[in-house]
Amino acid sequence: MWVVYTLNGLYFGALLFLISLGLNIILGVMGILNLAHGSLYAIGAFTAAWVIIAIGMKVPAFFLYVTLLSGLVLAGIVGFLMEKSLIRFMYKRTLEYQLLLTFGALMLLEDVIKMIWGGQAYYASAPFDLLGRVDILGHVYPTYFLFVMVVALIAGLCIWLFMSKTKLGIMLRAISLDREMATGLGLDINRLSTFAFVLGSGLAGLAGALVVPTTPALLGFGHEPLILGFIVVVVGGLGSLKGALVGSLLVGFTRSFGIAVFPEIELPLLFLIAGIILVVKPEGLFGR
Amino acid sequence: MGLKQISRNPRWIIYLLIFIALLFIPRMLSIHDLMLFEYGITFAIVGLGFNLLLGYTGLLSFGHGAYFAAGAYSVAMIAKYLPQAYSLEILIPAALFFSLVLSIIFGFVCVRHTKIFFSILTLSLAMLLFALLFKLYHITGGSDGLRVPLPTMFGMSFKGIRRPEFLSGTYYYFLLGVFSVSFLLMKGIVSSPFGKALQAIRDNEVRAELIGIRVRRYRLYAFIISGMFVGLGGALWTFVNGHVTADLSHWVFSGEIVYMTLLGGFGIFEGPIIGAMIFTYLKLYAMGNTQYWMFVIGGTLIVLVLLLPNGVAGAVSSLWTKIKKKSH
Repeated sequence: MWVVYTLNGLYFGALLFLISLGLNIILGVMGILNLAHGSLYAIGAFTAAWVIIAIGMKVPAFFLYVTLLSGLVLAGIVGFLMEKSLIRFMYKRTLEYQLLLTFGALMLLEDVIKMIWGGQAYYASAPFDLLGRVDILGHVYPTYFLFVMVVALIAGLCIWLFMSKTKLGIMLRAISLDREMATGLGLDINRLSTFAFVLGSGLAGLAGALVVPTTPALLGFGHEPLILGFIVVVVGGLGSLKGALVGSLLVGFTRSFGIAVFPEIELPLLFLIAGIILVVKPEGLFGR
Repeated sequence: MGLKQISRNPRWIIYLLIFIALLFIPRMLSIHDLMLFEYGITFAIVGLGFNLLLGYTGLLSFGHGAYFAAGAYSVAMIAKYLPQAYSLEILIPAALFFSLVLSIIFGFVCVRHTKIFFSILTLSLAMLLFALLFKLYHITGGSDGLRVPLPTMFGMSFKGIRRPEFLSGTYYYFLLGVFSVSFLLMKGIVSSPFGKALQAIRDNEVRAELIGIRVRRYRLYAFIISGMFVGLGGALWTFVNGHVTADLSHWVFSGEIVYMTLLGGFGIFEGPIIGAMIFTYLKLYAMGNTQYWMFVIGGTLIVLVLLLPNGVAGAVSSLWTKIKKKSH
């Protein structure tokens, strides 16, 4: 069975990577911990489910997978509006106001989701069913999970290339290293911050969209991923992309093996590991 | 401060008048409103404790629900496993003890950090407790939680008495007594040399360290005192509510504690008390009148953060100074 657990660990890790990558980019560039990140994930999930249900089986199979991007797009748009209307005014404010503002946004968005999509569950398993199953080392495994891993891998590579090779990415990293100096060098902090926030929100939305073919979208969909995202960020180190990757895999494997071996304390175990790492290495594994 | 100075300070006269007015509250309010008021008082104790950390030490905890849950679950667990010890004079010290232990353990880890790191750490540790309370359901009741019966009180038994009657009688005065003691105690703490040292740490850590304040140790002390106040509030709250669930340790509940403190204003000693009262009523009325109560509360919070950064008490006090200036 360990093959399946390992694959499951990779799958959980891939999803968490997308979520924590977004959380980390926003935290690194803007210094704001976005408590509404889980809501953006939920928006991505509901959007994708809704689109998939709406178009049904009328389109070629390939197109069905493209529609998953709708989650990314809408979460990105919501992120854009959020940054422009609320987060914008928070850069110069102290921590408690920043956190409480995103906490307010979380409550607001939860109810907006409820207003738009109502309280019922959205099932959209077509992309999952269509891919069927494959045989891996004698174990039958859903192909869709592999698809998710590939998407996360591609997304991760794109972000890495973007951050290290393009001018825009280097500017973003400059801001996260030293905001004051970056302003002094004449970078347009406002526009870059908006961009970072939209990027982070979009990644959360993409993660939500990728999950929805496997589990129906429900109210409160974003709560658990947000908390797991926190653990990843804490374990990996705040604002570190490498940390997000290692942290996601660590949490993913702990979860998958934890569920298999001792399902009762799988969640406490995660927090315990996070706690131990923090006592030993307070800045996280790859923190600065 | 001597007794003479206290009697000359108009602030203390106002406190005394409010205390006397509070004695007559059970006669003025209906049972339903009185219960709400009691929720407010328990949260006021929580706010007092929380603000020692936020307002006076400059540390924002997003996990104080954990100590609230520690106090609340001490009561509920004793009710379930040690029913012969289920009396108020044992329960309150027990709740204080368990929140003390928990805040020593968590505080030791958390005070190594400040700012956002501190917030995330407190949050994660509170979620550890939440996960335990939630998953070990055969001990803790999980998401169903545990029921909390009426306790005995200094030998008095309340068998056969319904909860509303219990709450509107003896328990209200007990609550008021504990609140008054907590208020005076916290007032003493923040104006003691220890409290001044905390404020020095808040304003400038490096300077505080240079004049010989042991910053980390003082932060830990503040964390522990704060945790115990919150635990006390949690224990008192359980008798009003009659039921505890794992959600008390969830970070969203901790967020509500931050919310009420900010709503009242954390720069002012009485701010969190006012905030706790307003928040209790605001939440109940929002929940009673619309299914989109989170929208109302969240929207209020956003408006508050953008427009009233010093909270209600802060706004009133700055208005007061303005009026005073004009009249001179």
